[in-house]
Amino acid sequence: MQPFTTVTGLAAPLIWANVDTDMIIPVQRLVGSTRDGLGPFGFERFRGRPDFPLDQPPFAGAPILLAGENFGCGSSREGAVWALMGMGIRCVIAPSFGDIFHNNCFQNGLLPVRLPLDLIRRIAEAMEASPGNARVTVDLERQEVVTPWGEAVPFAIDARKKQALAEGLDDIALTKQREAEILAWQAKDRAARPWAWDSLA
Amino acid sequence: FTLPGTTLVCGDSHTCTNGGVGALAFGIGASELSHVLATQTLMQRRPRAMRIRFEGTLPPGVTAKDMILHAIGRFGTAGGTGFAVEYAGAAVRALPLEARLTLCNLSIELGAKMGLIAPDDTTYEYLAGRRFAPKGAAWDAALADWRRLPSDPDAAFDADHRIEAAEIAPQVTWGTSPEQVLPITGRIPAPASAADRAALDYMGLEAGRPIEGTRVDWVFIGSCTNSRLSDLRDAAAMLRGRRVAPHVTAWVVPGSETVKRDAEAEGLHREFLAAGFEWREPGCSLCVAANGETVPPGARSVSTSNRNFVGRQGTGARTHLASPAMAAAAALAGAITDPRRP
Repeated sequence: MQPFTTVTGLAAPLIWANVDTDMIIPVQRLVGSTRDGLGPFGFERFRGRPDFPLDQPPFAGAPILLAGENFGCGSSREGAVWALMGMGIRCVIAPSFGDIFHNNCFQNGLLPVRLPLDLIRRIAEAMEASPGNARVTVDLERQEVVTPWGEAVPFAIDARKKQALAEGLDDIALTKQREAEILAWQAKDRAARPWAWDSLA
Repeated sequence: FTLPGTTLVCGDSHTCTNGGVGALAFGIGASELSHVLATQTLMQRRPRAMRIRFEGTLPPGVTAKDMILHAIGRFGTAGGTGFAVEYAGAAVRALPLEARLTLCNLSIELGAKMGLIAPDDTTYEYLAGRRFAPKGAAWDAALADWRRLPSDPDAAFDADHRIEAAEIAPQVTWGTSPEQVLPITGRIPAPASAADRAALDYMGLEAGRPIEGTRVDWVFIGSCTNSRLSDLRDAAAMLRGRRVAPHVTAWVVPGSETVKRDAEAEGLHREFLAAGFEWREPGCSLCVAANGETVPPGARSVSTSNRNFVGRQGTGARTHLASPAMAAAAALAGAITDPRRP
């Protein structure tokens, strides 16, 4: 997984509430495709529409997405994250995210940032007013978003998730470092609740 | 193999269904799934706890599907985000096990990836003797452990809600999100936002008109929400001796091979076929337009599934979520209909 440090670039506005993962990638595209092949199908249903800015200049390929409440709700499909990353997106800024989508982001190096909706709207206005010059920077180490007008806005992030993202760490390798602890717990639970272990034997 | 007090994950957001047995069950993505297979663990932030108590008695003709749709209408699709939800109260206690699975199934549509119901005698009777349930002394030990699981009477929740079951009517969605739902007796609401207007437009509905009587083209009884034996029996009871309206295409998709076999052993398939339903192979089918099984563009369906997103059942398909009884009633009438009418 590629480590995340900072991203500076265009922030594309798509401030729709309740964007669900079916909208981001239809289930049919998840069969027979690879993790890396979903970019062309991100938001497939919306491409070519006048209210959809992500498939044409200036915002096509923007590394940052400005989104609305409850972004990524609905189905658990991790393909939604892969499709967004295939479109070049490295960071999504929204007031809130669907829980499962939020977890899936961290598995792939896509940074979800929570900021208030009115601030997101102001950033979007600045981007749309001056897409040639306006830029947003997302700095993971400093936990700051720098707006097009130069204001550094702090954001919160779980410390462990931040570290894993910053180091591009593979979750499985990290967890395997705690193998002894896991085996000890399993032995203890097997003794305390044999019924939970033996039923599948 | 789900048992109370076990932790269960799967690559599907409706894994929360298993909470109906008192398991901690939730959906994960492919990467976390690999992690679980490799390490038998998952790093999780402890969610906040929400309790939704359904008190009193459900009126006749009102089901678990209506209960959870009513709750989503009240709390919204993000109402449960960041929470694990416990469903409690007299009306939940009175639900048979399969109905509890239906209730928990739509937890994720509330935004809550975990939803569960404390195990009780209903749970234990359901599990006793099943293939993967403990037996003999192991069963006794398990029962003792399970009886310690229910929340303490004075347990504190981060959010605690009460719903009067007697006030719940059969529900049907009108829009393109499960939270856009109303009682069958209601009128299509005036749009309160641009999103509402877009939903009404997509669904081809006019604000102010009663939802009942809206013409229906397709009916789907299936999905992990409502395709168990009890759901099929409910629907078949309504169809007995009657025929699906001539303009309606009606499918029933049993929830699994086991359900299909059990339903056929009872002759349920013959009832559906006699009424003019197609009796199809188990799978997700029309819930998510899987395997090329789609509702045609512009067609209006009443579906016992869990998501009515734009294009979910097929490009341009218009989905109304409902209970199996309401779906059967809609098939007979060729329109959205109150299932309580005889």
